[in-house]
Parts: sequence; C-alpha cells; structure tokens
Amino acid sequence: MSVGLNGTILSALASHWRRNPLQLLTLLAGLALATALWSGVQAINAEARASYDAAAATLGEGQFAQITARDGGAIAQEVYVALRRAGWAVSPVVEGRLDGVRLIGLEPLTAPGGLGPVRADSGADLGAFLAGAGQIFAQAETLARLPDTGAQGAASPDVAPNTALTDIGLAQRLLGRAGQIDRLIVAPQQPMTRVALAEVAPDLIQSAPQEGGDIAQLTDSFHLNLTAFGLLSFAVGLFIVHGAIGLAFEQRRPMVRTLRALGAPLWRLIALMAVELAVLALVAGLIGVGLGYVIAAALLPDVAATLRGLYGADVAGQLSLRPAWWLSGLAIALGGTAVAAFGALWSLARMPLLSGRQARAMGMGRSQRVQSVAALVLLILSGGLALWGQGLVAGFVMLGALLIGGALALPPLLARGLMLAEARARRPVAQWFWADTRQQVPGLSLALMALMLAMAANVGVSTMVSSFRLTFTGFLDQRLASELYVSAADQAQAEAIIALATQEAQAILPLLSTDATVAGLPVQIYGARDHATYRDNWQFLQAEPSVWDALARGEGVLVNEQLYRRAGLDLGALVPVGAGVTLPVLGIYGDYGNPIGQVIVTEDLFRAQFPAITALRFGLRTDPARVDPLRASLRERAGVPETAMVDQAAIKAMSLAVFERTFTVTTALNVLTLAVAGFAILMSLLTLAAMRLPQLAPVWALGLTRRRLAGLDLIRAVVLAALTGALALPLGLALAWALLAVVNVEAFGWRLPMYLFPLDYLRLGLLALLAAALAALWPAWRLSRIPPAQLLGVFRHER
Amino acid sequence: MLLCLRDVTKTYAGTETPVLRGVSLDLDRGGMLALTGESGSGKSTLLHLIGGLDTADRGVVAVDGTDLTPLDDAGRAALRRGTVGVIFQQFNLIPSLTVAANIAFQARLAGRQDAARDRMLAERLGLSDHLHKYPEQLSGGQQQRVAIARTLAPQPALVLADEPTGNLDEGTADTVMALLRDLVAETGAGLILVTHSERLAAMLPSRLHLRAGVLA
Repeated sequence: MSVGLNGTILSALASHWRRNPLQLLTLLAGLALATALWSGVQAINAEARASYDAAAATLGEGQFAQITARDGGAIAQEVYVALRRAGWAVSPVVEGRLDGVRLIGLEPLTAPGGLGPVRADSGADLGAFLAGAGQIFAQAETLARLPDTGAQGAASPDVAPNTALTDIGLAQRLLGRAGQIDRLIVAPQQPMTRVALAEVAPDLIQSAPQEGGDIAQLTDSFHLNLTAFGLLSFAVGLFIVHGAIGLAFEQRRPMVRTLRALGAPLWRLIALMAVELAVLALVAGLIGVGLGYVIAAALLPDVAATLRGLYGADVAGQLSLRPAWWLSGLAIALGGTAVAAFGALWSLARMPLLSGRQARAMGMGRSQRVQSVAALVLLILSGGLALWGQGLVAGFVMLGALLIGGALALPPLLARGLMLAEARARRPVAQWFWADTRQQVPGLSLALMALMLAMAANVGVSTMVSSFRLTFTGFLDQRLASELYVSAADQAQAEAIIALATQEAQAILPLLSTDATVAGLPVQIYGARDHATYRDNWQFLQAEPSVWDALARGEGVLVNEQLYRRAGLDLGALVPVGAGVTLPVLGIYGDYGNPIGQVIVTEDLFRAQFPAITALRFGLRTDPARVDPLRASLRERAGVPETAMVDQAAIKAMSLAVFERTFTVTTALNVLTLAVAGFAILMSLLTLAAMRLPQLAPVWALGLTRRRLAGLDLIRAVVLAALTGALALPLGLALAWALLAVVNVEAFGWRLPMYLFPLDYLRLGLLALLAAALAALWPAWRLSRIPPAQLLGVFRHER
Repeated sequence: MLLCLRDVTKTYAGTETPVLRGVSLDLDRGGMLALTGESGSGKSTLLHLIGGLDTADRGVVAVDGTDLTPLDDAGRAALRRGTVGVIFQQFNLIPSLTVAANIAFQARLAGRQDAARDRMLAERLGLSDHLHKYPEQLSGGQQQRVAIARTLAPQPALVLADEPTGNLDEGTADTVMALLRDLVAETGAGLILVTHSERLAAMLPSRLHLRAGVLA
C-alpha cells in the first residue's frame, strides 16, 4: 500500500515533467550551469595549485641553497666527491630534456629530506630506484611521452607535470652526460668543520635559497582573484538554481493542492518532492561537472601559461580528473539545490490546502517586505565590516553580505522605479506596460539577481585586474628603472663589475641590503644612492614635501606600505636604523608582491651603519641599445654568467605577458558568467510564458496584436536588464573596492589603488542588454505566433 | 450511521463571525442530501470539514465511525484516499495526466485500482473516446465527468460534491448530475451535494438549507 502510494505520487510528479519537457530542461540547465560555473573555476584553481605544489615538493624549487659553476657550466663528478670529503653535505643534481620531458637525476641517499619521490623514510622501494635498470617517477601522462629507456616507469601523481625523476646515474646515461653534474643542493645543516668552498672548489659559487616571496605572493594574489571569482560564480549559480527551483515549484502548486485534496499526505509529498529534486540535482550535477571540466580544460592552458610566467614551474596544460574536485562539484549541486529548495518546500508545507489567491498575494507582499529588510540589514553589516572589520574572514563576510544584500535589494528597487515610471505614463498602453513589467518582477527577480551579480562580478573583477595591471606596470617602471641588473658572486667580481661599468654604463646603482627588525617585525634595510633614477621613477602613497632632498641629507627614511600598515609607521614616526640612529619616516611607497617590510636609507648612512656589508648586486643605467654589448662585456671581461644578469625589458615583457594571460582568463570567465545569467533569463521567460497568458489574453482581446505584445515583451526584457545594469555598476565598483582595499590588504598587507574604466563598463552594459534581448527573442517570437485559440482558452478555463 | 456531525462550529482566522454555528446532522449509508444556501452561508466550509480538508473549532465530525477531530494531516489524508471522495467545482484534474490516468489516479492512491471498473465508469460517463487525451483538450462538461469517474473509481463510502456543475450549462449540468446520482446509488455510497440550484437540489431525495451558518 505504501509503495503504491509513493509510486502513484511520484508518477504524478513525473508526469508534469513529461508534459512540460521545456520546464524540466530549464531546471536541469539551471542546476547544471551553476555547477559548471563553480566547478570550472575550482578545477582551474585546484589544478594549478596541485601542479606547483607538486613542483615545490618534488624539486624543492629554491628552498635550498645551491652550488653551481661560476661560468654556468657543468660540475665534474670529482669536484663533488672532493666537496663531500671536505665535509660539505651536498647532493648532486643533473637535469636535461628527454623528448621534451624535463628529466631530473637525484641521489636519494644524500638529497635533503622532503626532496624527491623516494626518501629513505618513505617506505618506497629504494633498492629498485637505485639498482638494475632503475625506476623513473612521473605522472602517468608524462611517462607515456618518455621514450623506451629500459627503466621501470612508476606513476606518481605528486611529481610536477612534464617532469620525470630518477637516479642520477640513470639520468646521466639517458642524457648522455656521464660524470657531469649541473648543480649541488646544499643541505640546511652543514658541519662546522667543513673546509671553505673557495679552497676546495674555487670555480664554484654558492647561491642562497631563493626568497621567492614576491613571486609566490603574486601567484597567491592571482589565486585570490580566481577564488573570489569562484565565490561570485557560486553566488550567481545559487541564484540561478534558486530561480529554476522556485519557478518549478510555482508551476506545480495547483498540482500539489490537488494531490493533497485527493489524499496524498503533506509530509510524504514533501519528502517525495525532495527525493525527486535530489535525483534531478544529481543528474544536473553530473552534467555540470562535465561542463565545468570542459570549461576548465579550455581555459587551463592560459592559466598554466600565466602561472608558468609567474612562478616558473610547469603547470599541466591538461586537466586531470581529481576525485576531490568532481565530488565537491556534485556536493555543490546537491547543497545548492538543498538550500534553494528549502524555502520552496517550506512554503509548500505551509501552503493551506484551501488557500485563495488573496492569501497568496498577501504572502508575497510579506515576503517582499522581509526581503527588503534583509537587504538593508546585509548592506549595513557589509558597511560596518568595511569600516571596523578585522581579518580576512571579516573581509570575505563583508564581500558576501555586500553581494547578497545588493542582490536582495534589486527587486524592491526595480519595483519602486517601475512604479515611478507607471505614475508618469499617460497613454494607456504605456501605463499597462509599466504596470505589467512591475508584475513580472517577482517571477523574474531571481534571474535578474543572477544577472546583477554576474555584471557586478564582471565590473568588480575587471576593475581589480585592470587596476592591478596599471599599478603593477607602474611599479615595474619604478622598480626596474635600471636597464640591467647584475649579481656578483663575490667581492672580487663585484669590483670587476664596478670597474667595467664605470667605463661602459651611464650610472652604477649598488643595491645594498641587510636584514633587521623594526617594531618587532622582520624587515630589510636598503641603502640607496641619491640618483635621478629614483627621483624620476618612484611614486609615493604618502610623502613629506621634497622627500628626496630630505632623504639625501640623511634626515629620514622611506618605508614600504607593508611596514607602514603592520607597524603603524605613519609619516614622522621614528624608525631605528642601526646602533643609536633613529630617523623619522619621510615617505611611504607601494611595494606590491613583497611579503615583508622595507626601510630605505641613504647609501652613506647604510655604509656607516653596516660597514661589513658590501654591494654584490647592481643596477646599471645605460642606453637601451647598449644593453646587449654591456652584457657581452660583463660576461667576457668580468666573468659574470648569463644567469646573473637580468634584462629589465625582458622582465617587463614577461610581466605584461602574464597579465595578458590573466586578462584572457578573466575575460573568458566574465563572458561565461554573463552568458549563464542570460540563459537564466531565457529560462525564466520561457517558464513564465505559459503562466503569463491570463495577463496577456485580456489585453489581446482589448485590441493589442500578438506582434505588438511580443515587441513589448522584448522591450520589457531590455528595460529590466538596463535597470539591473544601472544598479549592478555601483555594486560592482563596491565589490572592486572591497577586493582591492579590504581583502587584498587583509590577505597580503598592501592595498592596490583603484582605477575606473568607464568604456569597459559601457561595453559590459551593452553586452548585458544584448544578452537580455537575445534571451527574450525566442519567448517573444513564440508569443507573436501563439494561436488565438490558446489565448481564448484563458477565458474558458478559470484555473 | 455514515456521517454524524454534532455542534460543529468554525470561525476563520481574522474574522469574528463564525461561518458555522453549532451544526448537527446525520446521514445514513446510501443516503443522499442536497445542501443549499446563499453565498457565504457556510455550505462549502461544512463540506470541507466533512472531507477532512479543514478542521472544526468545536464539535464532532465523524465519518464511517471515525472522529476526524483528533486526526493529523496524514490521518485526514488517509480518510480522503479511502473513505471520502470529493468532487470540486473547478474539477482539479491533474493536467499532466491523461484522462485514463486521471480516472485511475485516486483508486491507485487508495490501493484499489480496478481496470474493469475504470473502463465501466469511462463508458457510462461517455469518456471512452477520450481516454488518451489530456484535460486541456476536453470541454468543461467532459472534465467534470472525468472528475466524477476519478472520485467514484475507488468506491468511497461518502461522496462530497461542491457545486459540481457550477461551470456547466443547464442541459449539461442536468445530465452530469443525473449520472452522478445514479452511479453513487449503484455503489451504495452516501452523497452530499452543495448547490445553489433549486432544480439540482430537487433531484436528490432530501435537502437541508444553511442560513448564516445555521441549519434551517
């Protein structure tokens, strides 16, 4: 009996979808697109993170000091043996390309802990790694690309993409470099009794571990950007899901009432509808995860290139299907559906069996008031957190409250605007148009909220990225003003560089620095030479008048934004810069991408305070056309290896290329979000089309042609999109401000200036109008062709 | 006794005047009763209380020996599935089901589906040629016949009809009403008909008049 009852109710519920496949399609599409948007962005994030996490874990990129040949060439095996005998805890690495794959040879017995896939304590088969034909560790797809080496391939997802690891002996054989070593990794703990490097191997130089902070911070910033976009897309998706489910329930209200009148118990009905929805969410979630995979796979090459540029590590250009990712996609689909369905099911549960239209209208009026109050509360909360909030969590809560509050405020604001228009309209059709448009707002509100969030996300993220780009380009001009940057291996080479550059370069700017502590925070103190390079290019966030002159006279210091914010060092605050010397802050400069504080003093003061420190890095000013000859001279006459010289133009070009890639990704995501929001409008309009007939039929009967009605419907969609766009712009700008001035500051300690891009916003507005018009085109066309009998049917059926 | 009402009172929330005031009535098995009255006199409310669609504020509503007052939603839903059948003025068919599926629907809910009986009802009500159509493809009179067949298919003990011919023309209304009366009589069920029409009320053997919530 019970199974029969459930089956009968389910068959009636399912019959609705069979008779209305378009509604089923819109519901599934809404759920699937929301899941796709979210999971696509998450997939990109997860893949990129996993890639360079693997890179960092397997290669220890930069975390250890390294020893290389002074001339950049190979190190002989005998030299390595000599160093070991002299007490150096070093481990050899050889590296090369084998059919395009980066092959790295390590010696697991001497490699520092945490490096490589086979460690003595890992329980892996060390014997197999070392003995016989050997083993090669790589991701499965990388192994497939390797030629037949005779070694045993071992699939290891933790190895960086396009990289293979093996024993150094095997690597030397495969690369044809027997007895050669590229570099030696220096273990962090070294015996005190070891002989100095210059004595054992004068042709080798030791380089410190890469600080890597700048680049890692920029990468994090890029990811924060994508994570914020992920959250925004999730919010857009949630509104789309909410809209799709809300409409689906609205259409089935009469059926639910009939089922209850015929004897279907309320809670069983609710439970069965929840089960039905869970099945639909699962199906849509699977489709959405698949679509998300396609989106991510299409965008990932650009993201990979971006991160490769930023980080220098190989990020897989292809996506791997990670269980955590697709499971989270499904969880989002089910969770989002549950959240969206809760309200609809609750409303059904509270729906009186015999309720009249008036009660429903009163209920809707009440819920609109609740929505307005909720919007107000959320916007006030957001404002409060912006003013007084502390920490990254507060920043994200502020962002969420701003977005949801803004979205909830949309329908009441639209209704108010449309009431004003209605009051001003004089002609009867215009009056009806505005009144009818206002009546459509509740049905379309969730789709319009999704459009608003999509546009706001578009404005916000574009403003953030563009501001980031402008700021960073300016920052590069400031920081990379010298045409060439050179690092000396030791004091002798530094003197050779100075001697050569004095003849061939226009100016030499020594880069003197030392670590110190200010206000309990680790900082770097720099000694800067008084030169036009700084005066002409550096810009300050805040500065005293004639700041450079005052600095040159040794009357104060400059601090970076990070130190200013963390230590509260405003202009005039005193900073200790050595034994017994305390100077006031003269200026605060932007220092994007740097994790720690900086203090700049004059060169003279620095040398006086830290006489033991000599400059080993130099900025060289020269005619850009003279950069290549200067490099050649430094290489040939001062023995500076190519790796110790950095061309400013190359860095700028690389940085700009990175931003272009970032733009490609964010633009693609923006267009995608907007398209999905446009699709949500289409779905809503199609779903509402049948429900609107009772409102349209009387107007048609009074003399408006179907064609005219269709035209008015098209205009209505564009008007609603325009009004939504007008409200989305301030929300998007507030979002950008929140990302730049709150979230970024909380996350990284520096604030990005915000720039406005009116032409971009105009283009976006036009795009949104186009999306709305396209979405309304098909429903309008259908209305223009609707058979008169269908309109007359409205007068026959009272239901 | 099929139906027993004692001192039933009902006031809607937000109003002060009771819509039903101390109504008591009995109906035997197989009994047929027309309930007439002005608009707002409480006819439909009384029918809803008997059908378990709404609850009384005071008094006893007992159907087939079961007091409805203490029943929860599930208990009242079970009553509607198995014991009481309601025919609405607005038909309340399920638009996404065919005529055949609509006719069988309530019997399936009650776990009493009988295909032969469904066919017989469809034939008697002149629906045999329309079994594969959907409700929207039928006239008002045909839709009401489908609603009657759906209600009678599980053979309820009591049939409640709320203005079942209110949307039909006079000729069609008379035909549908006669069919309803005869089919109910054949099953031995009780019938309560709520109507404005003196003519339709006269088609049933007994009649009660409600005035301002009190049986006259």
